[in-house]
Amino acid sequence: MQQETDKTGYFGSFGGRYVPETLIHALEELEEAYERYKGDPEFVRELEVLARDFVGRATPFMLAERLTKKWGGANVWFKREDLAHTGAHKINNALGQILLADRMGKSRVIAETGAGQHGVATATVAALYGKECVVYMGEEDTRRQAPNVLRMKLLGAEVRPVTSGSGTLKAALNEAIRDWVTNVEDTHYIIGTVAGPAPYPRIVRDLQAVIGRETEAQAQERLGGDPDAIVACVGGGSNAIGIFHQFVGREGVRLVGVEAAGHGLESGEHGASLTGGAPGVLHGSLSYVLQTADGQIREAHSISAGLDYPSVGPEHAYLKDEGLVEYVSVTDEDALKAFVECSRLEGIIPALESAHAISYAEGLAKELGPGKNMVINMSGRGDKDIGVVAEHVGIDAKEAEEASGDQ
Amino acid sequence: MISPAEGLRAAFTEGRTALIPYLTAGYPSLEGAYEVGEAYIEAGADVVEIGVPFSDPLADGPTIQNTANRALENGADLGYCFELASRFSGRVPVVLLVYYNNVFARGAERFLAESAEAGVSGLVIPDLPIDEAVAFRKMAGEKGVAICPLVAPTTTEARLDKVAEAASGFVYCVSVSGVTGAREKLPQGAVDLLGRVRAKVSVPVALGFGISTAEAAVEAAEAGAEGVIVGSKLMQIVADGGPEAAGAWLRELRAALSGGAGV
Ligand SMILES: Cc1ncc(COP(=O)(O)O)c(C=O)c1O
Repeated sequence: MQQETDKTGYFGSFGGRYVPETLIHALEELEEAYERYKGDPEFVRELEVLARDFVGRATPFMLAERLTKKWGGANVWFKREDLAHTGAHKINNALGQILLADRMGKSRVIAETGAGQHGVATATVAALYGKECVVYMGEEDTRRQAPNVLRMKLLGAEVRPVTSGSGTLKAALNEAIRDWVTNVEDTHYIIGTVAGPAPYPRIVRDLQAVIGRETEAQAQERLGGDPDAIVACVGGGSNAIGIFHQFVGREGVRLVGVEAAGHGLESGEHGASLTGGAPGVLHGSLSYVLQTADGQIREAHSISAGLDYPSVGPEHAYLKDEGLVEYVSVTDEDALKAFVECSRLEGIIPALESAHAISYAEGLAKELGPGKNMVINMSGRGDKDIGVVAEHVGIDAKEAEEASGDQ
Repeated sequence: MISPAEGLRAAFTEGRTALIPYLTAGYPSLEGAYEVGEAYIEAGADVVEIGVPFSDPLADGPTIQNTANRALENGADLGYCFELASRFSGRVPVVLLVYYNNVFARGAERFLAESAEAGVSGLVIPDLPIDEAVAFRKMAGEKGVAICPLVAPTTTEARLDKVAEAASGFVYCVSVSGVTGAREKLPQGAVDLLGRVRAKVSVPVALGFGISTAEAAVEAAEAGAEGVIVGSKLMQIVADGGPEAAGAWLRELRAALSGGAGV
């Protein structure tokens, strides 16, 4: 029964709009507004100016020389989304959506957040546009990403901890959707990734696709052509779609999405919905989902709050089934090693999410071999994670805590 | 022989407001849910709505979320839910409130076959709006299981036309923009919605979400509801006072509805 909604809401057989009737009108309104404004010169210009002056785009494209040397394979390039204002790619989406919210006359915005980066991005653009802002965040995540909670509050947002389930991203999404159902008249829901009901996956993808467009131009300039491979971590999938979109289906460019294997796929404790899940419906769309035989959603696990989610955006489900993108996974332990290695060799503390991509990239660089070019999407910076990392790798926790207050 | 779907429509008799109490399958315990249903039937329920517990019930407020969590801890799986439904379905029409992933994971065909076998008359699927349900509706029709689509105060006239076409059981009017949970008063939006829906559809129209007092139920009946669905309030009463207390409260509601205003 997948295909018979109005065609635009699906990627192959994935996607759709599986939400309570109350929200349908709001989704139709959003779709209309997006269609109206995405090509509107004034809207486009406002977004471009802010992307440049407020976010700091274009983000740099950098050769990671010491990692390249250490790994001894392909040249390793970083697309530096960690240098975007607020420290992750999430701002690209939040900015575009606040412009839409403003034009739709909504006075209040809400968001869910896992790592806190999307929450911070939303709180930031809400401050910029003078909107009331409420962010839902799993209680466990408010603990492990504490610095970001502080940042959101400083920016004037209200952070509502969510205790249901394991107190992580899935619970935060549930609560954000319930809030939206209740306050749909004056509220716009700024979803943080390419998941959710149509038209969100498409809107968020379009807003993040700037990453791939810049990468293409930068690679052209620096490498004289396309890279041989692009690697990105996949939670909901927005930074990955953002950098992949421009390259999907292009000959000679391998696209690799890295999910969280947590304690290992065989442990059952992971966030790898594409590699370890099955088709199902969660949070408004049909995609790959971690679930029981009865269709109860399982709790995900990842050391990285941004990848700790039992589903994934529907376009990734489509790209997987079509064989257009390879999906793999990396454990907590390996991500931690990559986190430390990148910090020490490149002077860049990556987000734990991005560290999953870095970890997988090591093997891929070796496989591709010298002379080839591989891009890693450095989706965010890791200041938020140093407490958690310190706990696990035994850097003095006190030092780490002090440092985390400093960012 | 009449089909379960026809039985469901027949539960809405002219001049009487149908009483549709909700229970979460497996709450407060696997056996306790059975006692709750028995208490509902004794108190004069016209239809019993059984909620299949789901891990992530997006349309539900804290009360029903808590019952679902408890039910899942108690081991209420789909097999149990169908078995529970079959215990009541010979005496009163039973509708299942089920989130779509529970249907999808089972396979739509199989879910419908098992529903029909358990004597289930109709399905309410809060996260399957009519546009996504075209093929499913056809399959359900073949199995004689009715679809009870939801409409909300935000539903446009154009969509109401589609609902009118899609509904084979009753139309479930959601009284507020929001999640389930007991509320004191019937919102004005609910009254307007009932009027708009009754003008469009030929199947019975029931109102739910937040009805927690006899006054609100009577008001709903006066505004044209042919049935009232009561969920969170009853689950609260079950939590505090058990099945008998829920039965007693429902009897009072029945009396209030049949008394003066219940048309
Ligand atoms: C830095 C960073 N990278 C990646 C992610 C994962 O999200 P997505 O897969 O949507 O890019 C997050 C989410 O919080 C994040 O903060």
